[in-house]
Amino acid sequence: MPAVDLATSPLRELNGALHALSPDTNATHWTVTNPRGQHNIAVGLDAPVEIEVEGHVGYYCAGMNKQARVTVRGNAGQGLAENMMSGRVHVTGDASQAAGASGNGGLLVIDGNASARCGISMKGIDIVVKGSVGHLSAFMAQAGNLVVLGDAGEALGDSIYEARLYVRGSVASLGADCIEKPLRDEHKAELKRLLDEAGIDGVDVSEFKRYGSARTLYHFHIDNVGSY
Amino acid sequence: MCGIAGLFLKDQKLAPDLGGLLSGMLEALSDRGPDSAGFAVYGDGDAGQIKLTLRAPAGFDFAELMASLGRTAGAPLTYQIHDTHAVLHVLLDREAAVAAALAAHGAVDVVARGRRMAVFKEVGLPADVAKRFGLSAMTGTHAVGHTRMATESAVTTNGAHPFTTGTDQCLVHNGSLSNHNDVRRELIRRGMTFRTENDSEVAAGYLSDRMSHGASLQEAMTSSLSALDGFYTFVIGTETGFGVLRDPIACKPAVMAETDRWVAFGTEYRALVDLPGIGAAKVWEPEPAKVYLWERH
Repeated sequence: MPAVDLATSPLRELNGALHALSPDTNATHWTVTNPRGQHNIAVGLDAPVEIEVEGHVGYYCAGMNKQARVTVRGNAGQGLAENMMSGRVHVTGDASQAAGASGNGGLLVIDGNASARCGISMKGIDIVVKGSVGHLSAFMAQAGNLVVLGDAGEALGDSIYEARLYVRGSVASLGADCIEKPLRDEHKAELKRLLDEAGIDGVDVSEFKRYGSARTLYHFHIDNVGSY
Repeated sequence: MCGIAGLFLKDQKLAPDLGGLLSGMLEALSDRGPDSAGFAVYGDGDAGQIKLTLRAPAGFDFAELMASLGRTAGAPLTYQIHDTHAVLHVLLDREAAVAAALAAHGAVDVVARGRRMAVFKEVGLPADVAKRFGLSAMTGTHAVGHTRMATESAVTTNGAHPFTTGTDQCLVHNGSLSNHNDVRRELIRRGMTFRTENDSEVAAGYLSDRMSHGASLQEAMTSSLSALDGFYTFVIGTETGFGVLRDPIACKPAVMAETDRWVAFGTEYRALVDLPGIGAAKVWEPEPAKVYLWERH
C-alpha cells in the first residue's frame, strides 16, 4: 500500500506515479498525507484504485477522474472533481465553489456543505451533498443528478437543461427556467439508489422536492428575451 | 489574482509571533501575487502619541531627518527604520509641527497614521518584501497583508496594498471594482484625497468616509455592499477591529479559520497551514455579502 507524504515528496511525483498506473496494477490503495491545501492533488487518474487523502486539499482535487475512488478526509477547495468522468470522489468536510463542475459521470459525495455553483454545467455526474449548497448551483446543468439533503442558495438550476435536482431543505430561489416538478415513484427509486450509493441511511426520500427544466429557454423566443 | 492574509489574535500570548505568522502566510500566497506585497501591523499604542509611517526612496538617510525633526518637536523622537520605511512616534501636540516639517522637507511621504497601526509595502516578491521590512520580528494584536498581481493599474509601491485612508484604518482587496471612478469623484467632492488611481483605494476611502460620519465599521461594511459594484474580497483593519467582506457573487476565493486563540483569513487554505493549532481549527468559507467582524474590547 503506497504511502506518500506531501510534506516531503513533490506533488508532481505523486500525480506522475498515479498516471503511470496500469489497469492491472497491484498498487490499488494509496494513502496521501500532509496535503496542506495544495492544488491539483490526484488529478487525471484513470485506474481502478483507491486514494485516501488525509487533510484539507486545495483547488481541482480529483479533477478529470476516471475509475478511481478518491476520499479526502478534510475540506476541498474550488473545482473539486471538476469534469469527473467516472469513479467516486468523497469529501468528509466542506467543498468550495464549483464542486463537480461539468462532470460527465461518476459519483461525488460531500459530507459537509458545498458553496456556490455546485454542479455548474454538470453533464451526467451524480452529486450528493449532505449539507447545503450555495447560490447558482446546477447552473446550466445538462444531465445527471444533484441531491442536496440541506438547503439550496439563490438561483438554483438557473438556465438548466435536463439534470434532476433533489433538495430536502429550503430553496432560496429558483433560477430562470427551473421549476418544481412532481416526485414520482421512478424519482423516489432513483433517489433511494443515489442515497444508498452515497452510504446514507435513514432518510425518507419523500421528504425531497424535485426541480428541473421548464424547457422554455431551449429555443429563442422573443417573449423570453429578458431571460437570456 | 492577488492574495490576502489576515490574522486577528484573541490570545495575546501569541502577540510576539504575529509578524512571523503573517510572514509565512504571505509567502504561501506568492504565486497569487508576485508583483508587490504589503502589510499593516497593529502594535502597541501610547495614549497621547501617534505613529506616522514614513516612506522614502531607497538609501535615504532617516537618521539625519529624524535629528532635524527632533529639533522641530523640541525633543528627540523615537523611531524605527524598516528599509525604505520608518515608523515615527510623535506626541499629539507636536504632530502638526512635525507634519509641516515633513511636508517642507519633501523627500519623505507620510503613508500611514495610527495610534497602533503601521503600514509597509513595496514592489517585489512577498518573501523579499517581508524580509526587507523585518516583518517576522513585528508584534501586535492583528495584522492584514496582501500579495499583488496587478490587473488594473501599474506595479508601483503606491499601487500595492494595504491602502489606508484614515487613522488606524486599512483595507486590502482581491478583485476589481467597476464603479470606482464615480465613487472616487463623490468622495473627492466630500473632501477626501486619494494617492492613486487604484480602485481598491476608493473602497478604503469609502469606508473611512462612512466611519468619519459616525458609522461603525459594521455599518460602513454593510453600506459598501450597495455602494461598491464589482468583484471583491476585502479584509479591513481598524484600531480594534478586523473585518471580512465578499461581494454577493463571491467571485474571489476566500477561506477562514478560527480557534480560541486566533481568527485568520487566507485567499487559499495554503496560507493557513502553519498557524498554531490549525489541525483543530474551525475552517470555513465566508458567505457572500455577509459582514464578518471581530472586535477587541
